[in-house]
Amino acid sequence: MNHNLSPAEMARYARHIAIPEFGIAGQEKLKAGRVLVIGSGGLGSPVLLYLAAAGVGNIGIVDFDVVDDSNLQRQVLFTTDDVGKSKAETAKERLLALNPHLNITVFKTRFTRENALELVNQYDVVADGTDNFPTRYLVNDTCVLAGKVNVYASIFQFEGQVSVFNYPNADGTRGPNYRDMFPEPPPPGLVPNCAEGGVLGVLPGIIGSMQASEVIKVLTGVGEPLAGRLFLFDAASFTTRILKVHSSPDTKITELINYEQFCGLESPADQKPVKEITVQELNEWMVQGADFQLIDVREPHEYAIANLDGELIPLGTVAAAAHKFSKDKKVVVHCRSGVRSAKAIRELEGLFGFDNLYNLKGGILAWSQEIDAAVPTY
Amino acid sequence: MAKIIIPTPLRKFTDNSGVFETTGTTVQEAIQQLTQTHTNLERHLLDDHKNLRSFIRVYLGEDDINSLQKGATSVAKDAVISIVPAIAGGSH
Repeated sequence: MNHNLSPAEMARYARHIAIPEFGIAGQEKLKAGRVLVIGSGGLGSPVLLYLAAAGVGNIGIVDFDVVDDSNLQRQVLFTTDDVGKSKAETAKERLLALNPHLNITVFKTRFTRENALELVNQYDVVADGTDNFPTRYLVNDTCVLAGKVNVYASIFQFEGQVSVFNYPNADGTRGPNYRDMFPEPPPPGLVPNCAEGGVLGVLPGIIGSMQASEVIKVLTGVGEPLAGRLFLFDAASFTTRILKVHSSPDTKITELINYEQFCGLESPADQKPVKEITVQELNEWMVQGADFQLIDVREPHEYAIANLDGELIPLGTVAAAAHKFSKDKKVVVHCRSGVRSAKAIRELEGLFGFDNLYNLKGGILAWSQEIDAAVPTY
Repeated sequence: MAKIIIPTPLRKFTDNSGVFETTGTTVQEAIQQLTQTHTNLERHLLDDHKNLRSFIRVYLGEDDINSLQKGATSVAKDAVISIVPAIAGGSH
């Protein structure tokens, strides 16, 4: 029989080849397949492990980050010894140990609108395992513009979502994409990310495995991909739902845009900037014993992980608790990274006319990185 | 009674409740009952014109209400309404 699989590969993939609908032809398609996995963390870990084990021949990994202690609860690609190392490089090493019959390319960079099309154009399918709305929309729009399938998954606390976006229909059109579901992102601060809101460690294992399964189906043509449908899983109640997704005539994607601004994370030119203070300046104030108030607008569970001994007033309650903010001395407001505290300041300035509020630039993360490494990051 | 399933990110506005039972006979009535009971939820679900926000989808069974009669869609007594928000977690 003519095929491109070596005896060693035939032996390795025997359980695939034994599936009648899959066979040698399916395995050859996997070997020829090219998949770009964006993010090698919670979702990326199971996706990469299963794609590598399955024999997807050409895998690209985009991740600029390094392994952190807080990753190990769910990012099963990495071990304690990997903390501080490049995620993408470490993932490549682990995957080649699992399956040496693969070409794995590492892109130790952020996925940006400057490099997005160039990266995606080198691959057939994209697996989106990113962790923020700007990159979600960037991945989606790039896939639409480049004509690539976007195998999407997302997680939060106990819930996961999976879908296959921009899948080619028989008539040459493309199926729904992420913007057909969600034309615009939620405002910053409403839907916390996993760092702020948490995630059950096993959840990305479940959802990422489904994502890998959809990638394999798209590459091989076996089965019916989850196009035009959104799968929802709630681990807390063990309920699953599959909902229909329709293309919208209002969705128009013609170019890549400024996604930070689109998602409200970059102040528009006409938005009044908030006053800022750096962690170095705050440290000096503390050392000098300056008279100021420090307020933390994160959630109580975040405060329990790490705090600067500030007064805890969560973002959702700042308006009701405005009387707790001093008006006769400087008030430093902080959160994890500086986004929520800026939002709190704008709200208080707009509603009550405060002019003595200072946003801690970079939040408690910057404090940990630049002032006191003993303060845990999360 | 019909049920509205509240997604995790919005449960902080429903006293951590994941299900809301409603006697509303249309989707709009059902959502109104929900937001009247959990008043803090309203501004996260609806804009100033009482339209659903663009990062929220509402489903009756497996169908997006936008593909049915939107807010006027009839709700049977055993119906399940799902509120589906955009979530973005995955990497960190």
